[in-house]
Amino acid sequence: MNMSLLESFKHYSGMSKSGINKQKTTTFGDTEAIGKGRFWSIISVFSLAVVWHFGSTLGFINPIFWPAPSTVWQQFITISQDGYRGFTLWEHIWASLYRILVGFSLGCLVGIPLGFAMGLSEKVRGWFDPIVEFFRPIPPLAFIPLVIIWSGIGERSKILLIFFAALWIMVIAARAGVSSIKLNKIHAAHSLGANKRQILQHVILPNSLPEIFTGMRVAMGVCWGTVVAAELVAANSGVGYMIMVASKFLATDIVVLGVIIVGLIGYSIDIIMRKIEAKLIPWKGKS
Amino acid sequence: MSALNANHISMTFDEPNGNRVEALQDVSFNLKQGELLAILGPSGCGKSTLLNIIAGFLAPTSGAVINGTTKLTHSGPDRGMVFQQGALFEWMNVAENIAFGPKMAGVSSEETSKIVDDLLDTVGLQDFGDKAIYELSGGMQQRVALARCLANNPDIILMDEPLGALDALTREKMQSLVLKLWKDTGKTIILITHSVEEALFLGERLFVMAPRPGRIKQEYRLPFAEEGLTKDPREVKTSAEFIAKREEVLSMIWGMEEEIMGNNQAVGI
Ligand SMILES: Nc1ncnc2c1ncn2[C@@H]1O[C@H](COP(=O)(O)OP(=O)(O)O)[C@@H](O)[C@H]1O
Ligand SMILES: [Mg+2]
Repeated sequence: MNMSLLESFKHYSGMSKSGINKQKTTTFGDTEAIGKGRFWSIISVFSLAVVWHFGSTLGFINPIFWPAPSTVWQQFITISQDGYRGFTLWEHIWASLYRILVGFSLGCLVGIPLGFAMGLSEKVRGWFDPIVEFFRPIPPLAFIPLVIIWSGIGERSKILLIFFAALWIMVIAARAGVSSIKLNKIHAAHSLGANKRQILQHVILPNSLPEIFTGMRVAMGVCWGTVVAAELVAANSGVGYMIMVASKFLATDIVVLGVIIVGLIGYSIDIIMRKIEAKLIPWKGKS
Repeated sequence: MSALNANHISMTFDEPNGNRVEALQDVSFNLKQGELLAILGPSGCGKSTLLNIIAGFLAPTSGAVINGTTKLTHSGPDRGMVFQQGALFEWMNVAENIAFGPKMAGVSSEETSKIVDDLLDTVGLQDFGDKAIYELSGGMQQRVALARCLANNPDIILMDEPLGALDALTREKMQSLVLKLWKDTGKTIILITHSVEEALFLGERLFVMAPRPGRIKQEYRLPFAEEGLTKDPREVKTSAEFIAKREEVLSMIWGMEEEIMGNNQAVGI
């Protein structure tokens, strides 16, 4: 049989549906029956690139508002060789990542134990519930003015902000993780002779990992957004800072480069987190 | 070894809407070391409540459970539990699940791995030690649950509908395994079930419970568990005696259902 070009591309790129899903006749609403659509992802990214390229070269897009891909690429080369505003491109990226990693880690370090305590103890839950519920819906950016007053525009202010962004998410995730345990498991552990500490360590903690990981992924997304926004307001390095300075000079090519970097790194962080998750929690969603 | 003695146990739940549910009313019995007691009864007649009281997870409103000479007030490794499903630890493999009790008790790792190997053998999972829980079928998971409970060498094994989630064929095989374990280990076992056939086949003793208030309605001593140890289970279950008992118990339970629902509604089911 002769496969069409499209079919054979799908086939050899390993993107066609396989096994039982290929044979299903009733697929609407059956979310397993629809594939990942990788083929369409490739087409989508490719067509965006094509539209961008020809839109610019044929003069449909004003380069002041949105520069051509070649210009952005050129800027990328220049900045990664010469740096921008006293820092190399990698230093800007690392500045942003460093703030996230420190703030996020602190948020986990405080948030997870607090969430656990809230899940396990009535007193702790009572004490912290109103505080958590009050701060949770406030976007961390609302604290920028305060944070600047407290600790200026140095590293500390950004890290504090990221910490705040991650903290509430992790508290709630850890608490949900504790509550997600089936009473059967707790009873089984008790009647197998485990004491409280052992049950916490060997049962409650591992059982809560899926929720904690989901929380971490959400928190990472929020933190990345927060750090860029914070750098837009107050910083002297970082990807957000790059974007902010470039915008003052109407250097849209650098702005767009910054935006693309933000997008790509955010995407990569999520992919890495998902990989770690699959490795660490192979039982997730399988029971 | 000791006998288990349930002494005038009553349990009343206060529901949030102010209703009082008499889950158990004056339940008393004695169980000798090594007896296998099956408990049968319609949903909501207090079977799980009774088991949880014996396990030490609930304190009865009045009455007490005594093991030998000690009054049981808290859960402990002397009473092992096997649940219907979802009580295994998914983050541990099969061997680690079975090793949980000994490990928590600080048993040396050589001795623990010997216990685990023996038990894997006993429940017929020799080659499954390093499999993940989610890779196992329901029947295999219940084998792991049995092994995990036995690893602790408890005096009494409490099972709350342990085979309730299995398909009919697997269930028959597992019934034979329960009998074999009972015979080999000499443990006292209390097993709750929804299935009349299972209750008759496994219960050396059988309590049929009735609801509202939850109580023991009828007690039996049955020969079928002993027979099942040597004979083919199908042969036992198709014997005239077995069938006669089954019909007797079934009609009693039907009677209860009608009592609960009222005659008109019972007809409509
Ligand atoms: N924690 C509880 N709070 C209130 N009522 C309960 C509770 N647990 C059980 N009951 C009630 O007690 C009765 C017996 O329940 P249970 O022991 O679970 O029955 P069974 O296991 O025989 O189906 C039921 O009517 C149930 O609604
Ligand atoms: Mg029950």
